[in-house]
Amino acid sequence: MSGRRVVITGLGVCAPNGVGVAAFTDALKAGKSGIRFFSELQRLKFSCQIGGMPLIPEDKKLKVFTPLQLHNFNSAGILYGVMAGVEAWKDAQLEIDDKQTDFDSGTIFGIGTLGVDKFRESIYKVDDGNTRRLGSTTVQQIMSSGVSAYLGGMLGLGNLVTSNSAACSTGTEAILMAYDRIKSGRALRMLAGSTSDGGPYVWSGFDALRILPSTYNDDPHHASRPFDADAKGFVPGCGAGALLLEDLESAQKRGAKIYAEILGGSSNSGGQRNGGSMTAPNGLAVKRCITDALKNAETEPEEVDVINGHLTATGKDSFEIRNWCEALNRYDDNFPYINSLKGMTGHCLAASGSIESVASVLQMKEGFLFPNVNVDTLHPEIAQLISTQRVPVSFKNYTSKILIKSSFGFGDVNCCIVLKQYSK
Amino acid sequence: MNKEVYNTLKSIIVKYLPEDVNVTQITPESHLTQDLNINSTHLVDIVLDVEDEFDIMIKDDELNKMETVQKSIDLITLKLEAR
Repeated sequence: MSGRRVVITGLGVCAPNGVGVAAFTDALKAGKSGIRFFSELQRLKFSCQIGGMPLIPEDKKLKVFTPLQLHNFNSAGILYGVMAGVEAWKDAQLEIDDKQTDFDSGTIFGIGTLGVDKFRESIYKVDDGNTRRLGSTTVQQIMSSGVSAYLGGMLGLGNLVTSNSAACSTGTEAILMAYDRIKSGRALRMLAGSTSDGGPYVWSGFDALRILPSTYNDDPHHASRPFDADAKGFVPGCGAGALLLEDLESAQKRGAKIYAEILGGSSNSGGQRNGGSMTAPNGLAVKRCITDALKNAETEPEEVDVINGHLTATGKDSFEIRNWCEALNRYDDNFPYINSLKGMTGHCLAASGSIESVASVLQMKEGFLFPNVNVDTLHPEIAQLISTQRVPVSFKNYTSKILIKSSFGFGDVNCCIVLKQYSK
Repeated sequence: MNKEVYNTLKSIIVKYLPEDVNVTQITPESHLTQDLNINSTHLVDIVLDVEDEFDIMIKDDELNKMETVQKSIDLITLKLEAR
């Protein structure tokens, strides 16, 4: 292992409860919900007619995109990803050079489903025999690597420019892959992030699985209830998060502001064995992912003081807590603090890992824990494992030294990263 | 030169100009990609907009007859007369 250290020097976010780091930080502290009712989902007879979607005013778009780039543009995932990615780049005080390629900087910007609305628009034209009228930008708006391609061009990135995809662990995986790239000396800076489209065509498959709450259509803010005894399924969301990862020496040379250090992590899969399936996690693999991440980070389980979990508000929440307890061998009062952003944003799917990592880093940097909203009664199976006070339900001043962030996804895939309070 | 066609065409082209080129740089002699620096993939979009604006149809092999503003005007005028 090289002696290189990897730090976070920029953040960007496009979340259902806040667009831009400043608004998002305020939302986190206040426990603000970004979940709304969508009349379109009602018209389309969805069971779950609510979701989390960033609200982006036109003037904010025009600060990042040119009018030409927005001409015939209809790819929400690229919009969110570019907004967050460019914000992280600028937050890191990096210049945008219009002439030169920056071969030391790249991006791994993950996606789940991207460009669905543009794809739909195209399908109608194609089926009408009107392929020649698609326009010139259809390919770039619906290709899986569209978001990294847009960012690569807008920022002049000359290192690895790619998009990973691992369902709901995509965002955390992107950060780990970007970390590895810098750690191994192949890049100085990597923009790591992920994005997800939202709306009916992305959320429909989950609605069809009957895993979304259907009884909160008139009460959206209370619908997403990770940890709660009355959790009724996850609320679908979308958006993007971005983190600028940088070699410590490079960051120091630039005099960059440092948010936190990444110590390492792990990604694995349960192979859809031993209780794992396309849609359910194999507990052995989850625990192994946690312990491998800590080993990779050369960190002891006792050192972890905060967990930012995956915790989507389904029946699997208590299983996740059990896995954490067994992996760390810590229970009751000895369990770290734990929170889940999904109570406020819903489950932002491929974007969840990066948005939640931005939230985790902000907590560390500013010394607070955001509240777990909508926990009226801790689920009894969770209460048997850990103390109620380890699941803070209101804003708490607390400076985490070691935070572990996890994401799990369809396909039985897992990812954990270990973050540390930066000190020289 | 058909002034009306020229002005309408200009209003289409202006949407596809890069940030560092402005409308005053458009002249009848301008080559769309070489002088105005329009990304060649956007020629496809200009054709679609021209078709909509003038209610004409431009065949794929006629794309190369639209290299300059003047050539485009000539082609559009020809099509309008043939209607």
